[in-house]
Amino acid sequence: MTAPFAVVTPGSAAPGATAPATPKNLPHTGGEANPSAEALRARFGAAIERVDVVWGETTVYVQGARLLEIVRWLHDDPAQQYDYLSDVTAVEHRDLDQPLEVVWHLRSLPFRRFLRVKVRIAKGEKLEVDSVWPVYKGADWLEREAYDMFGIDFRGHPDMRRILMWESFKEGYPLRKDFPLRGRFSRSEQLRQALDQDPEARYSMEELSVADAFEDLPPDMRERLASGEKVGE
Amino acid sequence: MSPRRTVEYELSTTGVDAQGRPRRVPLVTEGGTAVALEPELTLEPELEGEHMLINLGPQHPATHGVLRLVLELDGETVVRCIPHIGYLHCGFEKIGEYRQYNQIIPWTDREDYLNAPGNNVAFVLGAERLFGIEITERCKVLRVIACELSRIMSHLVWLGTTCIDIGAFTPFLWSFQERENIYKLLEDWIGARLTTSLTRVGGMGADIPSGWTQGLNNFIRTFPKTIDEVDRLLTRHAIWVGRTVGLGVMSPDEAVNYGLSGPMLRASGVAYDVRRDFPYLDYETYDFDVPVSTHGDVYDRYLVRMEEMRQSVRILQQALARLPEGPINVDDPRVILPPKNKAMSEMESMIHHFKLVMEGPRPPIGESYVAVESPKGEKGYYMVSDGTSKPVRWRIRPPSFVNLSAIPKMVEGHLLSDVIAINASIDIVMGEIDR
Repeated sequence: MTAPFAVVTPGSAAPGATAPATPKNLPHTGGEANPSAEALRARFGAAIERVDVVWGETTVYVQGARLLEIVRWLHDDPAQQYDYLSDVTAVEHRDLDQPLEVVWHLRSLPFRRFLRVKVRIAKGEKLEVDSVWPVYKGADWLEREAYDMFGIDFRGHPDMRRILMWESFKEGYPLRKDFPLRGRFSRSEQLRQALDQDPEARYSMEELSVADAFEDLPPDMRERLASGEKVGE
Repeated sequence: MSPRRTVEYELSTTGVDAQGRPRRVPLVTEGGTAVALEPELTLEPELEGEHMLINLGPQHPATHGVLRLVLELDGETVVRCIPHIGYLHCGFEKIGEYRQYNQIIPWTDREDYLNAPGNNVAFVLGAERLFGIEITERCKVLRVIACELSRIMSHLVWLGTTCIDIGAFTPFLWSFQERENIYKLLEDWIGARLTTSLTRVGGMGADIPSGWTQGLNNFIRTFPKTIDEVDRLLTRHAIWVGRTVGLGVMSPDEAVNYGLSGPMLRASGVAYDVRRDFPYLDYETYDFDVPVSTHGDVYDRYLVRMEEMRQSVRILQQALARLPEGPINVDDPRVILPPKNKAMSEMESMIHHFKLVMEGPRPPIGESYVAVESPKGEKGYYMVSDGTSKPVRWRIRPPSFVNLSAIPKMVEGHLLSDVIAINASIDIVMGEIDR
């Protein structure tokens, strides 16, 4: 049996602060900003494009090129300590001229703060942004989902594969506004594609390459593996 | 033609030999005398250095749905685990972009279907922030009751199924019996058992019927006895302890870094509870404890969940004691239909009625992320509005999705049979993970 861990209590970095309470009568805009926004401005200057407070939630728009640096600072700085990554997602607006936004929801448990960080990717630019996986391990699947649903490539992610859709899904990225609600192909075409799949191909190339199960494979997979095929190609 | 042989077992010899083989050997009668048959030398196939891939799921009763784990095994030890999800992917978030806010509520029933009332509450809290609505006091307390009932319900399913996975059958029956009692309460309240759609933006679908609080009181009185019984049966049970202690350990730093939440995080010693640290529905005014455990293993997750059910009963007692009279819906024509007699007699009410029915409620441009403490952890709803009656983006932050993403870290190095226990301890609901 391992030795017990020490108990970590949220709010420990701000002992004198008032006890958290249910937010009430939040103003639509212009509420009190999270103090971290000011600190970010002081530290990063022009890399912080805009700070918005909507319904009491602070949103910081940052330059995509410096995202990882900013997030790492938020995580490591003793006066910020954003140690918890709640969510990674993206928003594409109905007005297709508006930029696509990649959204990170961060929490600082020691200070009990909540911060939304956004990077805007203008139309026509490459959908690419740094992965925050080196800072938060929890970003792994969340970023894979954002890639799967929006096609955003997270640079530096160790395993950028589809997660909810299957590996051979070729129709595009379902949560993009140009993706029709019922899919790109007709039902009959989708059924035909599903029936075309080899039900015996149970393992991906990557999984097969890690295990010596070579001899037990169906012949076609053995051939693919022997020819040096890799995942995602 | 080979001679016919009669094989007998000598039952008087007991025990095993030094090699661990049973001492009893088959006897062969040859010409009337019994001769011991030399056991065939059954050599284990030489597996040293050879790893095996096995597929756990997607159709496996212990994966709680359609989770598929590809496991690379060295003997019986898991060397590597590659999870595959998405078999239940329905595109809830995509569908939500084509629905009005109140029309999304039935979808929230269907993602984490063990916690439907809690999801309904969480979703409308997010939508109400987007509208800038303050709900009535009675509505708040009713929502707290719904949240805590659904927490108990979800933990009971967790308890029952985990017991089945690990090999205990009795607690499954006890916990499902209690769950049935909650379902009866919900059915009396809203008419549905599983997919409740309990809330509306700005209020509730229905007020509790008269006499309902008596039923809840009965439940509060009898339920802790069941928990105590399960506690007596499991907490010090040698098999239960042996199958759960020291498995899937996550340290506090790792747990926070992996984004774990709920009982998973609190079993690792991090006392983060959304109800306490980022309150909603006036949870700060209720007197309850946040159970924390400090070993971060499967056993501690069990202890934390058991204690959480007791704390939920405490909250329910306080909520019942303070349940105020008054309306359940806000008096706000943007989201709540005017009373029928007014809609038929007053011009303004009729216009509101028409606009609400034909166009649906329209929040101002903005966005909101509201997280609640669901039984699985931090469940967040992120909504973006562009001023129309349908959200631009509706995002679920699924706690069990993030909790499950740590499963390779937790199972690697453990035995294959422990994968079942560790997987059960995460309390996954595939409807929520795949959405």
